[in-house]
Amino acid sequence: MYKLEVHDLHKRYGSHEVLKGVTLTAKAGDVTSIIGSSGSGKSTFLRCINLLEQPYEGRIVLNGEELKLVKNKHGELKAADAKQLARIRSRLAMVFQHFNLWSHMTALENIIEAPVHVLGVSKKEALEKAEYYLNKVGVAHRKDAYPAHMSGGEQQRVAIARALAVEPEVMLFDEPTSALDPELVGEVLKVMRDLAEEGRTMVVVTHEMGFAREVSNQLIFLHQGRVEEQGCPREVLANPSSQRLQQFLTGSLK
Amino acid sequence: MMLDFDVIWASLPLFFSGLKVTLELLLIALGVGLLLAVPLALMRVSKNPLINFPAWLYTYVIRGTPMLVQLFLIYYGLGQFEAVRESWAWPWLSQASFCAWLAFAINTSAYTAEILAGSLKATPGGEIEAAKAIGMPRLMMYRRIVLPSALRRALPQYSNEVIMMLHTTSLASLVTLVDITGAARTVNSQYYMPFEAFITAAVFYLCLTFCLVRLFKHLEGRYLAYLAPRKA
Repeated sequence: MYKLEVHDLHKRYGSHEVLKGVTLTAKAGDVTSIIGSSGSGKSTFLRCINLLEQPYEGRIVLNGEELKLVKNKHGELKAADAKQLARIRSRLAMVFQHFNLWSHMTALENIIEAPVHVLGVSKKEALEKAEYYLNKVGVAHRKDAYPAHMSGGEQQRVAIARALAVEPEVMLFDEPTSALDPELVGEVLKVMRDLAEEGRTMVVVTHEMGFAREVSNQLIFLHQGRVEEQGCPREVLANPSSQRLQQFLTGSLK
Repeated sequence: MMLDFDVIWASLPLFFSGLKVTLELLLIALGVGLLLAVPLALMRVSKNPLINFPAWLYTYVIRGTPMLVQLFLIYYGLGQFEAVRESWAWPWLSQASFCAWLAFAINTSAYTAEILAGSLKATPGGEIEAAKAIGMPRLMMYRRIVLPSALRRALPQYSNEVIMMLHTTSLASLVTLVDITGAARTVNSQYYMPFEAFITAAVFYLCLTFCLVRLFKHLEGRYLAYLAPRKA
């Protein structure tokens, strides 16, 4: 039984097709890294999974429950049932490249917001959980700080705690370290590695080849909107069979 | 030149009753105006032209005409029509104070709506995406994230609007209300001492403005701390 299935996803902007049928399946505990050069459609693919972008075709299934989709007047797919979409989104937490914390709320307020108001957890329980997750990501000392008063690494770790607080079934990471200074990347990657070791199901769009190789157990290389190559990260990265991936890896070798 | 303090002293009770009228006008206009402004601002940021257009037209017309003309239209103009004089609203519309409240509330609602709409439009897209991605329904997203954030960011500009509104209430004296300016005009016509009368009014307005500025500084310190430079 798969936790997350995305079948044959297509996305186009006008006549420009950016995703030409991408399929991804992940079992519980799978950590899937999606790599590819910019413009390959990897972020778009991730954002289509929770319908932040409207796919053109495709099916999305979370834990056996298919997201009901209908065509809108531009031919794009939208959720047929807003309540179902909201429920599925709350089980698919997302971590963004630019953190996207709510700037008028403190770290703690950011974390309890969705549990209290979306999931209906009591405030007391949500606060206890928030403190627990803040501790886990190592920013408990910044709980009353506003996002603008924190470093990028702290903000991203708070954003991860916010995603964890809804106890999602699958976590989506959209280039979580790309906006960080090099010396802050490590602290975020360490948190993500801990999450992977706990057995969380994660889909990670990343440029961090080290993370892809060491932490994930499934690798997808996207090129021009198609899955060019996929498989076990160690094998794929060590012996890329496609020329595209060879080129890509030479370019990003560190 | 010496100010005649005896005259000022003797007319202080009139000024204080004028202060009460001014404050009533201001608070009612701001309260009703803000209540109207929130839905208007939400309409103004809608992409649907059928929703956006009426709000655009409203703010365009109100902001495109002088406050005094609007006040005269409501106070003098409406009474010209028999249908209005015979309607259920006439007992209210025949009162100067009600007409002034109405005119000021409408006026400030248009300006406040535009301030709020600007603030709503400036809401960072990423924060909206984060709200969607965590499963917030639309209404909750507006109630919990978008409006609280936009209202806070609108505070500095709104404080300007409030001070402008305070000064605009002086027009009410032209439709027979005895507000602070009305008190000054009364004193002037009794003693024929325009300087004493209007300098007293000016001091009253200055004190009120001072209080409003302090109030908004306090509110900004409290609600906009997240935009201020980090302390310690």
